[in-house]
Amino acid sequence: MTHAHSPLGTPAVRAEARAKVTGAARYGAEHTPPGCAYAVPVPATVARGRVTAVHDDEVLALPGVHAVLSHENAPRLKEPDDPILAVLQNDRVPHRGWYVALVVADTPENAAAAAEALRVEYAAEEHDVTLTTGHPGLYTPEEANSGVPAVRERGDFDTACPAAAVRVDATYTMSAQHNHPMEPHASTARWDDGRLTVYDSSQGSTKVRDALAQVFALEKRQITVVSEHVGGGFGSKGTPRPQVVLAAMAARHTGRPVKLALPRRQLAAVVGHRAPTVQRVRLGAGADGVITALAHEVVTQTSTVKEFVEQAAVPARVMYTSPHSRTGHRVVALDVPSPSWMRAPGEASGMYALESAMDELAVAAGIDPVELRLRNEPETEPDSGSPFSSRHLAECLREGARRFGWEERDPRPGVRRDGDLLLGTGVAAATYPVLVSPSAATAHAAPDGTYLVRVNATDIGTGARTVLAQIAADVLDAPLESVRVEIGSSDLPVAPLAGGSSGTASWGWAVHKACALLAERLRESPGGVPAGGITATADTERELAEDPPYARHAFGAHFAEVQADTVTGEVRVRRLLGVYAAGRVLNPRTARSQFIGGMTMGIGMALTEHSTMDPAFGDFAEHDLASYHVPACADVRSIEAHWVDEDDPHLNPMGSKGIGEIGIVGTAAAIANAVHHATGARLRDLPLTPDKVLPHVGPAR
Amino acid sequence: MKPFAYFRAESAEEAVDAFAGHERAQYLGGGTNLVDLMKLGVAAPDLLIDVSRLPLDGIEETPDGGLHIGATVRNSDLAAHPAVRTRYAALSQALLSGASGQLRNVATTGGNLLQRTRCTYFQDTSKPCNKRTPGTGCPARDGVHRDLAVLGHSEHCVATHPSDMAVALAALDATVHLSGPQGTRAVPVTGFHRLPGDRPDQDTVVRTGELITGVTLPPVLPGTQCGYRKARDRTSYAFALASVAAVLRVESGVVRDAALAFGGLAHVPWRGRAAEEVLRGAPATEETYARAADAELAAAEPLRDNGFKVPLARNLAISVLAELASRT
Repeated sequence: MTHAHSPLGTPAVRAEARAKVTGAARYGAEHTPPGCAYAVPVPATVARGRVTAVHDDEVLALPGVHAVLSHENAPRLKEPDDPILAVLQNDRVPHRGWYVALVVADTPENAAAAAEALRVEYAAEEHDVTLTTGHPGLYTPEEANSGVPAVRERGDFDTACPAAAVRVDATYTMSAQHNHPMEPHASTARWDDGRLTVYDSSQGSTKVRDALAQVFALEKRQITVVSEHVGGGFGSKGTPRPQVVLAAMAARHTGRPVKLALPRRQLAAVVGHRAPTVQRVRLGAGADGVITALAHEVVTQTSTVKEFVEQAAVPARVMYTSPHSRTGHRVVALDVPSPSWMRAPGEASGMYALESAMDELAVAAGIDPVELRLRNEPETEPDSGSPFSSRHLAECLREGARRFGWEERDPRPGVRRDGDLLLGTGVAAATYPVLVSPSAATAHAAPDGTYLVRVNATDIGTGARTVLAQIAADVLDAPLESVRVEIGSSDLPVAPLAGGSSGTASWGWAVHKACALLAERLRESPGGVPAGGITATADTERELAEDPPYARHAFGAHFAEVQADTVTGEVRVRRLLGVYAAGRVLNPRTARSQFIGGMTMGIGMALTEHSTMDPAFGDFAEHDLASYHVPACADVRSIEAHWVDEDDPHLNPMGSKGIGEIGIVGTAAAIANAVHHATGARLRDLPLTPDKVLPHVGPAR
Repeated sequence: MKPFAYFRAESAEEAVDAFAGHERAQYLGGGTNLVDLMKLGVAAPDLLIDVSRLPLDGIEETPDGGLHIGATVRNSDLAAHPAVRTRYAALSQALLSGASGQLRNVATTGGNLLQRTRCTYFQDTSKPCNKRTPGTGCPARDGVHRDLAVLGHSEHCVATHPSDMAVALAALDATVHLSGPQGTRAVPVTGFHRLPGDRPDQDTVVRTGELITGVTLPPVLPGTQCGYRKARDRTSYAFALASVAAVLRVESGVVRDAALAFGGLAHVPWRGRAAEEVLRGAPATEETYARAADAELAAAEPLRDNGFKVPLARNLAISVLAELASRT
């Protein structure tokens, strides 16, 4: 199907690269309709309680202030599916940072000053923000995130595990982490004769439009949501966030367009985070390292606003031979901000624990950790028994080991020194499910030989716009330059969000189908393209009506070399190498960027990123990018991403698997395993900051 | 917005004159800290006197062989200056380990000395803080304080001074020059910052209206080595968990001169006088350096979650001194 000079699979440059570097690309907060007012939300300063007074009269007297909205006067909303969108609807404060008021003024400065000046009184109640494994409020939910069953049991773990020749029983913890995309969440809203237009920083504007239609009781056709360019999201923009409802509400209330850009320091409380987890992993294996019993039990927290359960035990259902298995989640609702998606929710947390435990098993059994994983390759997906559509984890491990120089590795921990530095290497596997959702798209041929593809995809920095053009050009047998792709507006054909590493598969499938249909019509039009052009429309509802009988996942292997400084406890990554089996790679340039971006985020997860819950106040202590440490360039020395070719006919017409998340999945475990190899200390609490590492490496003198 | 007046001074005298009569005036250097604090509502000056373009941007040799650094010299320029790199390497290293390239290009010598703590409670106006609002309390003491002080703190404040540059200046015995309504004066860097005591709102001994005009470094005796080392959570753009600046002169295996200063441990760049006493005249061995560090850090009173800073500072001190001694 791919023609000789197809642009698919080539490293095409980003279609909007020039617009971005020249500043021509406009983001949510960069649209300023005439008469635009500015809104700044007011966060609660208690962790639990009720609002008893909002002294809006004092603030309304300040210069430029148009309105103060609070639960006392805000328009009533219809109940949203996502309770975090029910803003200013009642006096309850479920966590610190929850919005209790919104100030609208003529300038951003006046709005900020008025928001700061607004006095809000509370009846504070005692709060509980501390996750413990013995918390009396812990319960087993029905489902964990993405609708998976919270608990799965196979065989008889309790009998099989004690009988195993080699056993590991270890508990891994990590604090909360925040997505912190470069572009903070922002919305500009405008009403014209009952019609709402919103420029929103979102990973999926169809979903935002639907949520707005729900809360404002409008028809979907009365709303347009534009997310043309988005400066990252990492999951935090995958669901509509309070700012979009507040901006629309304020615009309706004041009769002016309203712009609302959330200050960085407010984000930690209102746009989600990766929930902290306590994960106990027990492995029982024969002397040959083959696993007989596996338990992965997760304790995590959610808010009192909604139930979100980080599905960290799920990868254990996919990864290894495990005839006797128990995977489960327990959760407690605390007076904390609502957790949500952060790049590879479930897999990133869960594979840190599982892949660390695999390393511990390798040490306990005296087997090389690459070999141990090869010995535990399952015939079919352990939990479902379904055949894999394709699984090339073994190839990733072997190829990675070859490229990394793994075979020369001395397995003894704590024996390699370079001056004050201890050196070590580690490996971990990665997995991420193949997800795909129905999408619509149109393809249009113009008489001048150009094509226009329309689909409400979102390019959050991934290169979606570019790869969709490549797919279209491939099917149409046309030069890439002849295809223009229009994305990022809810007026375009309905499409799912950029999330779950599913965007390219979902949108691309619809684009592929529309273009195939268009190509057929063009063949049937021997007189050439008529003046009005030819348009073909497609959607993939029918293709996706049934799940295929295969377990479909991408896999990967991560190899890390670290140094641990015996003077300071500082751990730095010297080399990071990932090999992925993710179907067909459609654009090596943007794919590589996705892989190494995920791996870099994994360095942060392993070594630098943490959000500290302040028990006294009930908020996260880190409020900015100076205190929340995402890796700097200097933290990323040598980083390589490679992939093995995978030809899987059970995916989509392009043959691709998602690549947006798998890069982070095994990285933290590979680094933590390398830290063990370097220092001899098994540290089971991320991130591995100097305060935690130093007691285990020094003093050398 | 909170209105404030802005005045760009052409000379130090003009700047000092402009300050007179203003309750809440502040001098504006590079603005890398002050402007942030204004946005956070922590600082609310009624007048900003822009001193960033005063003709104080020179670095000059002094007659006695030292170096005079104008107050508006940018951190990047200071770090790159040949005399600084060769004779005062600790200062260059400290500067380059601070902030980011972009910030260093803007931040000034005077402003760097006057930057305020990055304690998250200080920066959050929704929470109590004795430094920001005297008398409201210090939640950091029992709260999130991994990054905060282990030396010289008080029940009122456990903040640290965030500067790297100031730590090197403290070890190098630099002098700060001030110009104010009552004339000019010189203050040693080691006496420039204050411990919090019961007045944590006062970071320094600078009097109302006084302007930093420059910093002077004394000459360096031949055979002296100096260096700076910093430990931090990430490799760039992170404040010191702990840092050490050291100046060392060893002759025939014996320490003749030594100066030591710690960063990230206290409300001030912490000059290690007790350590220096141990060092002077003692054999230049790691055993001596360890004793010296221990003598200094005996005064440490770690909080619940920052005890790691004591062994960290100890290791850093030993490592820096050993490295300097190995060069002689």
